[in-house]
Amino acid sequence: MAAPHVGRDEPARPRPLLTLRPSRGWTALNLGEIWAFRDLLFSLAGRDLKLRYKQTALGVVWVVLQPLLAAGVFSFVFGTVAGLPSGGVPYFPFAFAGLLGWNFFSNALTKVGGCLVSNSQLISKVFFPRLILPLSSVGSGLVDFAVTAAMMGVLLGIYHIAPGVGLLLFPVWMLILTAIALGVGLGTAALAVSYRDVQYILPVALNILLYATPVAYPLEKVLEKVPERLRGVYLFLNPLAAPLAAMKASLLGTPMPTAGSLVVSAATAFIVLAAGVFAFKRMERSFADVI
Amino acid sequence: MSSSANGSSGDVAISVRGLSKAYTITHEGDRPSTLAETVLRRVRHPFQRAASETFWALHDLSFDIRRGEVVGVIGRNGAGKSTLLKILSRITEPTRGEVDLFGRVGSLLEVGTGFHPELTGRENIFLNGAILGMAKSEIRAQFDAIVDFAGVEQFLDTPVKRYSSGMYVRLAFAVAAHLNPEILIVDEVLAVGDAEFQKKCLGKMKDVSSQGRTVLFVSHNMSAVRALCHTGILLKGGQMLMQGPAQNAITEYLRAATDAAGCSAESDYLRLSEVRISQADMASTNTVIFNTAAEIHLHLEAKRTLDNLAIVVHLRDANDVHVASMCSPEEGHLPFDLRAGKCVAIRCRLDPVRLMPGRYSLSVYAFRPYDPVAYLSAERVRDFEVAPAVLPGGMWPYGVENRQHGLLRLADTVEMEL
Repeated sequence: MAAPHVGRDEPARPRPLLTLRPSRGWTALNLGEIWAFRDLLFSLAGRDLKLRYKQTALGVVWVVLQPLLAAGVFSFVFGTVAGLPSGGVPYFPFAFAGLLGWNFFSNALTKVGGCLVSNSQLISKVFFPRLILPLSSVGSGLVDFAVTAAMMGVLLGIYHIAPGVGLLLFPVWMLILTAIALGVGLGTAALAVSYRDVQYILPVALNILLYATPVAYPLEKVLEKVPERLRGVYLFLNPLAAPLAAMKASLLGTPMPTAGSLVVSAATAFIVLAAGVFAFKRMERSFADVI
Repeated sequence: MSSSANGSSGDVAISVRGLSKAYTITHEGDRPSTLAETVLRRVRHPFQRAASETFWALHDLSFDIRRGEVVGVIGRNGAGKSTLLKILSRITEPTRGEVDLFGRVGSLLEVGTGFHPELTGRENIFLNGAILGMAKSEIRAQFDAIVDFAGVEQFLDTPVKRYSSGMYVRLAFAVAAHLNPEILIVDEVLAVGDAEFQKKCLGKMKDVSSQGRTVLFVSHNMSAVRALCHTGILLKGGQMLMQGPAQNAITEYLRAATDAAGCSAESDYLRLSEVRISQADMASTNTVIFNTAAEIHLHLEAKRTLDNLAIVVHLRDANDVHVASMCSPEEGHLPFDLRAGKCVAIRCRLDPVRLMPGRYSLSVYAFRPYDPVAYLSAERVRDFEVAPAVLPGGMWPYGVENRQHGLLRLADTVEMEL
């Protein structure tokens, strides 16, 4: 007999393992439960990766090829045609370093934003902490990022660029980008359950944001044009700008944005993430009924 | 089973108190489906809410299920069975009430949820296991047993899109069958695959219950419920009609729709005093089980003497499409004479009922050969329903509502070669 004979000799009822009742208002973020479902998190991230590389002739090469081509176009347009400075390094690795961070952000946000709708079958038929889906989307995005980062390493070798101790701070910039992608993505994903048009807005917004953010051009060029007292506002409105510039600085030794600008970005990222998580948790209970 | 005999309250596995679930139905055309539309409407009519209605899928349900009990949850479509299972398996929240669960719940609401056609059998076992809540180590430990149960050894590294539907279903069920929760919730998934595999599944389910685990089982397949369950819960319109021994619940379910009214008709010549449908141990029912034998009983009384009489029974579906007919001469009874005041009882045995699940009506006519006069014309004198069912080897139950499978199963055995 595998079943425990709880309370057989006691007159009182044993405590239930779990009580289901309607939840009201804000619900707690149950991290313990997410940890209990970690195998599902890895399995779903693994599924995404396997599916992406199955039945493609070039497989993993695509992950590298796309930023290589884009970096080529950017270094021609911004470097050669517009003649923008690139902080003392050749324009091609400069543009590629920018795209390394940007592609991670853009992929993660797109995947997180669509993760509920594309897994509607799972949501209506199986229980698991719903946060597992966006987290696994970020996880599979991190694997793609690792592949592109390896290509970045190759480029650094080719151009004889040695990153300094600034490289140690790289994970911090990644953390800021992840927090923003997850925060915006969670809100988008939850809204997309009821309103599918959110999914069409996202690619358009990302396309505009790519040019509004110093990905392929240096942050200093923008800050030069922004009046001193509005710089904080700019960095708050586009929290991607500083960490992306900091990524380039960590990798290539280009000028590091000021500590103040990075703190503004980190604070904004935290607010965005908290808002995203709260919105997601708030709408979570009706996902299975509405989707 | 031994523990279910123990009546102490400490043996409760699931305790449901005052459980209700409401869905809001927004009327079609009123419902904004895009964000832009919603925002526009809010701006134009800031205080007006879209017209909506509250639909109670479950209403004030209370019951206890004891540890080790195998419970069949039965009821017509829309009775609230699936909603109940969804709440118990935590997919959706109750609107009111509480459920206490005394043990880990594993649920299987659909075979192969999360199976991906592009992934191989091996990859899908791990993915599906994780989706059903198994840890990787648990799946690894059970891997060989799962593969063996499904019988797909040679195809483990083939994408499941190349599997036959039988193999697919077997593999999907095999993963779920190796879940080891204390409370197992299963929705109409047992009756999949071929007969041999079904037997295997039933055996597996019996094993599960004999290990003292609690099973909640929704099915339209009454023979599976009868074979498997100790007790039954009968739902109707979101409320519980009864909880009791499985056999009683099944009988009650089949009897629920029976009404004796409006089953007679007469003409100047004949009186039809009884139109009754019976099946197995039920003398009168309005619901028959698909693919099992049923009988139609007619009782005719002659007001005037008639000779050379033939009886015709027509079957029509809910859309009044004439599906089939039975005529006494064609079924081997020469036209007969009936003297005034005399009665005749006619019994029509259909073995098995091949009408697809759905609503039908019976019409009864009396004719004489080469005579255009209808001596009795009892149109749609009795309605009956063929209960939703899972066809042998079928993957999904055939419901009453959808007519995508046609009206009639063509033959008892169809020899299809592949």
